[in-house]
Amino acid sequence: MTKLITDVVCPFCGTLCDDLEVVVSDDGKELLEVNNACAIGAEKFLHSQAKDRLTRPRMRNEDGSWREVSYDEAAEFTAQMLAKSKKPLMYGWSSTNCESQVVGSHVAELVGGQLDNTATVCHGSTLIAVQDVGVPSCTLGEIKNRADMVVFWGCNPAHAHPRHMSRYSLFPRGFFTAKGHRGRTAVVVDPRPTDSANLADIYLPVEQGRDYELLSALRVAFRNEQLPDVVAGISKEKIYEVAEKMKNARFGCIFFGMGVTHSLSNNHNIDIAIQVTRDLNEFTKWSIMPMRGHYNVTGAGEVWGWQFGFPFCVDLSRGFARYNPGESSSNDLLMREEIDSVFVLGSDPGAHFPFSSVKKMNALPCVVVDPHITPSTVVADLHVPVAFVGVEVGGCAYRMDSVPIESHKVVDAPEGMLTDEEFLKLVLARVKEIKGV
Amino acid sequence: MSTVELTLKQQPELYLETEKITPDSFAGKSADEIAALDVYEGNLTHKLGDFFTISGTPGQTAQDTVIKVKGDLLRIKWIGAKMTAGKVIVDSNTDMYTGAFMEGGEIIVNGNTGHFTALGMKGGNIHIKGSAGNYLGAAYRGDWRGMMGGVLRVDGDAGSDVGTFMRGGEIIIGGNTDVHVGTHQEGGKIVVKGNAKSKVGGQMVKGEIIVFGTIDVMMPGFAHRDNIDLEVDGAKATFKRFEGDLGERHPKSKGKVIYGQLYIKA
Repeated sequence: MTKLITDVVCPFCGTLCDDLEVVVSDDGKELLEVNNACAIGAEKFLHSQAKDRLTRPRMRNEDGSWREVSYDEAAEFTAQMLAKSKKPLMYGWSSTNCESQVVGSHVAELVGGQLDNTATVCHGSTLIAVQDVGVPSCTLGEIKNRADMVVFWGCNPAHAHPRHMSRYSLFPRGFFTAKGHRGRTAVVVDPRPTDSANLADIYLPVEQGRDYELLSALRVAFRNEQLPDVVAGISKEKIYEVAEKMKNARFGCIFFGMGVTHSLSNNHNIDIAIQVTRDLNEFTKWSIMPMRGHYNVTGAGEVWGWQFGFPFCVDLSRGFARYNPGESSSNDLLMREEIDSVFVLGSDPGAHFPFSSVKKMNALPCVVVDPHITPSTVVADLHVPVAFVGVEVGGCAYRMDSVPIESHKVVDAPEGMLTDEEFLKLVLARVKEIKGV
Repeated sequence: MSTVELTLKQQPELYLETEKITPDSFAGKSADEIAALDVYEGNLTHKLGDFFTISGTPGQTAQDTVIKVKGDLLRIKWIGAKMTAGKVIVDSNTDMYTGAFMEGGEIIVNGNTGHFTALGMKGGNIHIKGSAGNYLGAAYRGDWRGMMGGVLRVDGDAGSDVGTFMRGGEIIIGGNTDVHVGTHQEGGKIVVKGNAKSKVGGQMVKGEIIVFGTIDVMMPGFAHRDNIDLEVDGAKATFKRFEGDLGERHPKSKGKVIYGQLYIKA
């Protein structure tokens, strides 16, 4: 007999779907089937069942080969590395639960570390813009129930957040949106005709790196001022038309992604998109929301927000929290050689950072805590595999609209494996001993 | 004026935060007392004397004090930060935050400076003989007040985000700038003798930007009004006058809407 577990929360992307169903074996040890999830989410669950999965920490030998070590030895090595460093970088924190992030924050505070999460190469520019000009946002539930116009700017949910459009933004029928997608106008702004653009009523093929100009043009249009004939590759007639549609929507939302946060202008793109939203609220109701990537990157920002006052790039080296992306951001720290050790948990910088940064990681003492073998573990001196959060251990995660959702455990982790939180607690206890606090 | 000379004798392994290198903290101190000032490398606190040899004596007040800093200062941050009077002469390239939050006095840098130079500057003079990095005279993260006053002169080029949220004072750049000049500007004057790339004056409320060279891509919210003759930093020329950013809010004065002014050499 197998068991069906319902209302499972998916620990893959920031959409944090909470309607998954998982079939597990009678003894609760094996995960057999995943229903309702997108292809990526299902794979995340099934991947935990890999037979060749690492279940014990491993330390690199002089000759580059690995030897198995105990979790205690791993915690000892990690604590010594962090406590002896002048400026350790503690990066990642986005594919884990808030409980682990809290323990990690305590460790960072004791060792005077640099805390940074994946927002640094993702929606960090959004966080900078929000700090500069504020943000009028809402929950995904409001969009499902109220929105009659959605704009996807520089994001491609059809591939990156596969169930976003069906659960919240484009297709669902809600309380005031009984017609589903037939009652919604969708606009996609992207230099490339993506699969999301295929679903759009209006597609604006903006010139690469000119989003700032196009957003500015919308603001000019809202104020009925004159525009040049063409802005960012879009004719002024089209811009006036879209601006008019936006003003006449009942409830709209701008969703945006890496296409604007990490192209020319970065935070300024978001800054002006927020001001577009603010302008629109003089005519009707509009919101704006980042398409957050990792399922709990929002949570990392929330936890550090309440602990330190800053959502990413937190510099604790002087005993109080400072923050300045450009200085205390992981890639700047690595490339400028401002740090002397690297601790990674819940992310894979080896795969996503520029090669010049990864080379510096390779040269420094480096500990990676990750259930998988990844490009980051390749440059690590110590690799600590842990239980999958959201699959083998529950915990709190924040959805992209900053709504906290409690995820559940569905199967047991392999015998003797620790969770992120348990391992960090070992490290914290040992750091306390070394520091004498 | 009394002069203190600092010479770097030991490079830090990481980077050194030396916000104490200001006439304000040196004034009235002996060389030994200056050597005992704290500097920071990561989570460690060292003494200034561990990294610099110190000679000469400062004046009794900051105003009477000149500090000369010598050696390769590429790993030194925060020189002259928050100073209110006196003079700092830097004889090499420096790293970030040179003259950040400066309120008065003078800084001369015979080299390049890193990012965040003169961040949130309130007054005084800074002259950089080389080039400056990004966020020159811009606001600290989250602050809506960038440079508020003083004169900031760069002989070479500047990076991106010059004068973000600027509200007063003057920035003169001898060379070219990267993208984003005067974003959110609400006062003050930025002069670019060379070329600016794009995003010039985006979200600008008030103030002036004067470009002698070219702008690759204009912001859509700037409208050409007329051509006028101006004398800028000793040079006379005819400029095309634009007003904007038309998409941004603008204050009214005596019933007239005040726009940001963008001048491009005709």
